[in-house]
Amino acid sequence: MQHALYYKSKKFLINTLIHIFLISVAVTCLYPLLWMIASSLKTQDIIFKDISLIPQQLHFENYIHAFKEEGFGRSFLNSIFYTGFSVFGVVIIASMAGYAFSRLRFPGRTILFYMFIAAMMIPIPASFVPLYVLLNKLHLRDTPIGYILCMISVGLSVSIFLLKTFFDRMPKEVEDAARIDGCSKMGIWWHVALPLAKPVLAVVVIFNALNVWNEYILALIIFDSRKFMPLQVALQVFRGEFVTNYPLLMAGLTIAVLPIIIVYLLMQKYIVKEITSGEVFG
Amino acid sequence: MTLKQMKIKDTLENYVFVLPAVAIFSIFYIIPFIWVFQLGLFEWDGISFTRIFVGLDNFKEIFLQDVNWWRAMWNAGYITLIALLFQNILAFMLAWACDRQIRLKNFYRVIFFIPPVLSEIVVGMIWRFIINDIEGANIINRMLASIGFPNLMHQWLSDPKTVLTTVAAVHCWKGFGWGFLIFLAGLQTIPHQLYESARVDGANAWQSFKKITVPLMIPVTVLVAILTVLGSMQAFALILGLVGGEFAGHTSVPVLRILASMRGSSSRFGYACAQGISLGMILVTISFIQYRFSKKGQ
Amino acid sequence: MLFKSVLLGCCVLFSVLGCSGQKLDSKPTISIWHWMTDRDAAFQELAKKYETLTGVKVNFELYAPSDAYAQKIRAAAQGINLPDVFSILGQKQDFVSFIKAGHVLDLTAYMEADNNSWKNSFFPKALTVNEFGPQNSYGINPGIFGVPIDIMTIQMVYNKKLFTQLGLNPNRPPKTLSEFLDTGAKIQAVGLQGLVSGWGEIWMIDCLANNYAFNLMGKDKVLATIKGEVPYTDPDWVEVFTIFKQMKDSGILARGLVTMINKTAEQLFANEKAVFAFNGSWCANVYQGMNPGLEYGAMLPPQASDKFPMAIWGGAGSSFMVNARSKHKEEAVKFLIWLTDQDQQAYLSAATNNLPANKNSLSKIPAVLAQFARGMDYATHPNVWGVSEFSLVIEAFDYGIQSIIIGEKTPEQVAKEVQQVKERELAKKRKN
Repeated sequence: MQHALYYKSKKFLINTLIHIFLISVAVTCLYPLLWMIASSLKTQDIIFKDISLIPQQLHFENYIHAFKEEGFGRSFLNSIFYTGFSVFGVVIIASMAGYAFSRLRFPGRTILFYMFIAAMMIPIPASFVPLYVLLNKLHLRDTPIGYILCMISVGLSVSIFLLKTFFDRMPKEVEDAARIDGCSKMGIWWHVALPLAKPVLAVVVIFNALNVWNEYILALIIFDSRKFMPLQVALQVFRGEFVTNYPLLMAGLTIAVLPIIIVYLLMQKYIVKEITSGEVFG
Repeated sequence: MTLKQMKIKDTLENYVFVLPAVAIFSIFYIIPFIWVFQLGLFEWDGISFTRIFVGLDNFKEIFLQDVNWWRAMWNAGYITLIALLFQNILAFMLAWACDRQIRLKNFYRVIFFIPPVLSEIVVGMIWRFIINDIEGANIINRMLASIGFPNLMHQWLSDPKTVLTTVAAVHCWKGFGWGFLIFLAGLQTIPHQLYESARVDGANAWQSFKKITVPLMIPVTVLVAILTVLGSMQAFALILGLVGGEFAGHTSVPVLRILASMRGSSSRFGYACAQGISLGMILVTISFIQYRFSKKGQ
Repeated sequence: MLFKSVLLGCCVLFSVLGCSGQKLDSKPTISIWHWMTDRDAAFQELAKKYETLTGVKVNFELYAPSDAYAQKIRAAAQGINLPDVFSILGQKQDFVSFIKAGHVLDLTAYMEADNNSWKNSFFPKALTVNEFGPQNSYGINPGIFGVPIDIMTIQMVYNKKLFTQLGLNPNRPPKTLSEFLDTGAKIQAVGLQGLVSGWGEIWMIDCLANNYAFNLMGKDKVLATIKGEVPYTDPDWVEVFTIFKQMKDSGILARGLVTMINKTAEQLFANEKAVFAFNGSWCANVYQGMNPGLEYGAMLPPQASDKFPMAIWGGAGSSFMVNARSKHKEEAVKFLIWLTDQDQQAYLSAATNNLPANKNSLSKIPAVLAQFARGMDYATHPNVWGVSEFSLVIEAFDYGIQSIIIGEKTPEQVAKEVQQVKERELAKKRKN
């Protein structure tokens, strides 16, 4: 009895210590975000005086001002537009390619697949320089479509890899049944393979959405026109122009952060599952 | 239709599936990739129609003369080293703490992965306003004062001696979530029977950690280390958000130098490419060494 | 089928979004790219007026911030799709690259038509910035390659209200460097910031340092240094570097100055947090927008020596260049002649608080602007010197001063380092 009690209380103590450790790290993770949101609801006069996380009065008008600020609302819509189209493009193109690499036979299959995989491994930190020259030659610089195509190409490698691995493990029987029913290859891909791949597609969607939403350097060199700039670039401009109106700036930052956090929270179970199952980096 | 024609048609159909991916990827990824190597041999201001072939002169300049470039490499190396040590140790400890029957496990998982979800620019800006005093809330200093260390108060971001370490700290804050998730994944692959049988054999917690956890985690650790090196050596947007520039070289990093070569007052497209190649080669070499190291360790 | 229709839909969407409608119009439309956010409204107004007058449509397109604009025209030069009229941001060397690539129309003939009537309407100093003299070191045929639309000087401004608070005479700004440095302690005592400026952006440091170089050693010696005849380790240059050390030691420099962008500096000054600012005359409009009640005056940078006169940078503020490949160059030139005419210049100046480039329009301008205009007598600019420093040397020079300001290098060390870069670049040039 004595022993069991000792053992139990020791375990309780260890668990408490572990919880304190974990909670303190969790607080550090959340504090900057909460501070940002709190600050966005304050006024210029008190923002640096009252640093509590719960403002006395809530000034939601900062958000309205931020959205009305020239170009900000627009770049928010731009970001949504670029993210939406790039992710859609990656999902369609990568799932077709992933399916083909897994199921279909054609000469050059292996070498093409390795081309995509090798690109995942080799970092090219200056590739944006020739990309800029290339887009310029193709008259795609400073156009939304140029940016979207670049972002699709950035996302392809990892997505194809994930999808091919998934299709490799998918049982072939369902497809055989569909083939007997007279489905074409396109039909099988669209009606059979894609619906089954939903869990892995969710991961592809999240990773690409994160990637495009947060992308900075390509947007910086591709866009000159204010009307095309996505949020990450516009924020830098915004910061220069409203450098002393902090609540407005904080409202802008909050607007830039919230959509991606919401998407993440909605789909986090897929991310955690996918990474913890060890496939992404397998 | 003959059998042969059908076969050809079949193959062509298969190519349709990969065509969009291969086309987009070749144009927007492979061609720039090859061009980097070509442009690196030229001197070109980005405006004139003639490019002057200079052979390996750009590389000679990088390796023998460009002090600013090596300083930027050193800075990035410093950030990487801090990330390798502190960020990954923290990530491992958190993963280890979470790898058990414990309440709120999923809550922690979700929270720890929030910083990696945010963009570098945004993270930099938020922290700037938290840390800085002229344009910021000076919160770190206020906290230090309130817990009784007023003598540790400091201009973290405007003192050249501390600015890089501050950058590295924020970088770790943003990055540890990745390491955490991968380590956790690794720990969960270790079968629990191993620990059970070790306990039956009379091993204490420390011994089973040393004999079971550590050896089995080596490949995962190497993976995390490679990802950390690749991420930290190429970080730059965080610095733009947090510091706003190169701070007389104190916070210059390779990618910022490449951008400066390309967009600065003297635009040198060829030189920028050469810089990128040098950085890329160094990164590939480091990753390869780490990979070999892990093979040997096993 | 569903997939195909979705794809088709996307293609249609892309093509709609991808092409910005290029209408075919019988009347010429002149397109002009610029980066001057503050002047855009006035430009649009003038464009409307011009269209009603002549039927020629003028499209002003704004690309801001200025980095984005600089990138835009560079890319357009690469792709040979520059607009009819544009302006070049950057150093003289950039201007030279554009001219050498055949992008810029030589305007000399138009300027000199009718007994130089267009040429003579400008302040001479405004025009020299865009002029290449005979036997210039850039290898460009002599001529005038740009039209100044306003002029500027870069000087210091001080806050009169804060001056009174500090117990200083608001109508007598410091004249000498030592007077200036003495205010540092007072400013620190009341917790204000001293001098703010965009010294995170390299060229503004370069500018003040050059002002002091002119003051300490005179123009000839500065130019001799650029030509490589005098080393940067010369005692006079060391003294230029030392001035920044003195400023730092006196506490006159704002905290975080070396990472400050000019927008931040302008905000700090406009919101009465800083006593001095080093800024160009365009600031009158910026401060007006940020804090209309701000009371301030302009002053020359306080001189460090009376051996040579203080010099400041000034000349053409912004210039427009005509695209030599444009189909509408004649119309474009006509529009620029109209734009720089007395009435339009007066309108621009009144609407945007900038100094007009047309000397006949300089009648009614605000007091601060008049002070800036008086600085024109002291004005010089690297673009009129006929020689330019290597950009890597400028970078080392400005980095060095930044290092002095944050207290990690001595003036002597910096002088030595700059000279090393200089010698390397000279050697490289001799080789080519």
